[in-house]
Amino acid sequence: MTLPKNYLTYENRRHGMDHDLYSFSPLFDRAPVTWPSSKKVALWITVALEYFPLVPNEGPFKAPGHMVTPYPDYRTYTTRDYGNRVGIFRILKVLETLGIKASIPMNAALAERYPSLLSEIVAGGHEIVAHSIDMNSLHYGGMDIDVERSQITQSLDTLRTLSGQSITGWVSPARSQSENTLALLAEAGLAYQADWVNDDMPYVMKTDKGKIVSMPHTMELEDRHLLVNLGQNEDVYQEQILEAFDCFQKESSSHGGRLLHLNLTPYVIGQPWRIQALKQVLKSLIDSNDIWTATGHEIMSCWKEQQ
Amino acid sequence: MKPDPELYDYWPYKNRPKIVWPEGKKVAFWVAPNIEFYELNPPVNPQRKAWPRPYPDITPYSYRDHGNRVGHWRLMDIMDEFGIRGSVSLSVAMCQHHPEIVEACQNRNWEFFSHGIYNTRYIYGMDEDQERSILEDSIKTVEAATGQRIKGYLAPALTHTEKTIDLLAEYDFWYSCDLFQDDQPQPLITSHSDKKLISMPYSLEVNDHYAFNVYGQSARQYADLLKRQFDQLLEEGAESGTVMCIPLHAYLIGRSHRIGPFREVLDYITAHKDDVWVTTAAEIAEFYRETYYDTAVEDIKKYKKGVSV
Repeated sequence: MTLPKNYLTYENRRHGMDHDLYSFSPLFDRAPVTWPSSKKVALWITVALEYFPLVPNEGPFKAPGHMVTPYPDYRTYTTRDYGNRVGIFRILKVLETLGIKASIPMNAALAERYPSLLSEIVAGGHEIVAHSIDMNSLHYGGMDIDVERSQITQSLDTLRTLSGQSITGWVSPARSQSENTLALLAEAGLAYQADWVNDDMPYVMKTDKGKIVSMPHTMELEDRHLLVNLGQNEDVYQEQILEAFDCFQKESSSHGGRLLHLNLTPYVIGQPWRIQALKQVLKSLIDSNDIWTATGHEIMSCWKEQQ
Repeated sequence: MKPDPELYDYWPYKNRPKIVWPEGKKVAFWVAPNIEFYELNPPVNPQRKAWPRPYPDITPYSYRDHGNRVGHWRLMDIMDEFGIRGSVSLSVAMCQHHPEIVEACQNRNWEFFSHGIYNTRYIYGMDEDQERSILEDSIKTVEAATGQRIKGYLAPALTHTEKTIDLLAEYDFWYSCDLFQDDQPQPLITSHSDKKLISMPYSLEVNDHYAFNVYGQSARQYADLLKRQFDQLLEEGAESGTVMCIPLHAYLIGRSHRIGPFREVLDYITAHKDDVWVTTAAEIAEFYRETYYDTAVEDIKKYKKGVSV
């Protein structure tokens, strides 16, 4: 079996990226930014609130965390629901104790199903981030553009109405995007999205419908990735977050404010035996006195004003 | 297809002719940053899919792009600190996409070897002419960008044909990092024995990809593992010189939570000044070809079937 001739032609072999979504920009070449009160590191916490329907989508793949066994997969469904009933309240309590305002990517369906959960979050001063409709509402290459546009619109309409917040940020289920997602998000007037994992600081993405900021999503320090996918323990989870902070703290002295993002998953870090690990590590960060804790919108706005 | 790759003969680790590295050093130590470009929308190779999800599969793509935007610069900084020159496993299309990175390495007198054109173009299924064009493109592109004639090869995404190793000898490569059967260099069997192609110890087991994404280790566990690897190879290196390579990917080791523990590894290894030859793969290959290649070929003959030892 020989490969076709086009396997050795390289249409996009040129200076910069192999697409037009953003420019190549080495982190250490950029102008430094200054956070409020000249804090060295901005701490951005996101807590994903996801609704996994008992009947999964047909689509090209299932979002991580979705049903595993044949229908009805009660074990997975209820484990995820545990996060939204119990785990999230443990996390919110830790955040409240430490005075941290987080950003909450929330499926619109969950806001409709559990209005009291939404109220609790809004009352706590946290930012709601649009997270499409539910974990079946994937955004993926080849999907119909009108279907995708209506998923975005429906998500934003629902969350804006129910939360009373303006909602400027977006995270896609499974962090998956289609070839049109960025343009549709810009068209919908969103200021930032956090699906791409290629940077430690915000940067600008270009679409046919205008610009949108990419906020860093640190998959490598996410609780689900370390504790579930890689099977690490809570001590090692804390240790690595503190290593990251240490690195950013050092870099900030010569390169300006840095950004530490932590994504939390209620059904993972919200377990009784894990929640103290979260509290300890966040307390260590806060106690350093070098941290500015803020929502995604606040960090993005502060960064944008300095560009 | 054949049951044995037929690229080297069995050669037991015990009782080999003693290797002593320059200035009496026991371990030849080299660092191999893989500087790679992955395409968002590569053509399909029927034997291997580049990305699991439909185009655009932005998660694994952007995960790797982090290395070029962020991680590489952190890694280069700590290598500078300990005076370590990298031997770069280069997706040669980096010369077009990000010459900024290639130049930064070139300015530090780092070595480049070929890791294919892109790490999303696999060699599986290529005919001989196609595979030749990959090697010719690699030699020409890196020479045009840096003036260096590449001496080494690591197939893109470790994808090979039965012809790969033979072609490396024909094109005057000195070493291949594609085979993992040893902790010392050794001659490879090709139809061009006069070319002296050797197998260079590279290692998957201490590769950051294996540590982090296969074995799920933490940054500090990986750092401890590397120190133990070094301690053992140093001990054995007194008997006969060993090679230790640390193969790296900036999108893994260059993360904020890993660079600190890894810096300690470089500090630890380079502190053994009297015993460690901090060098590049091409320098190891050159020294070995000149000093030990012929001795090794003779010694290996002792273990051929039917020859009594």
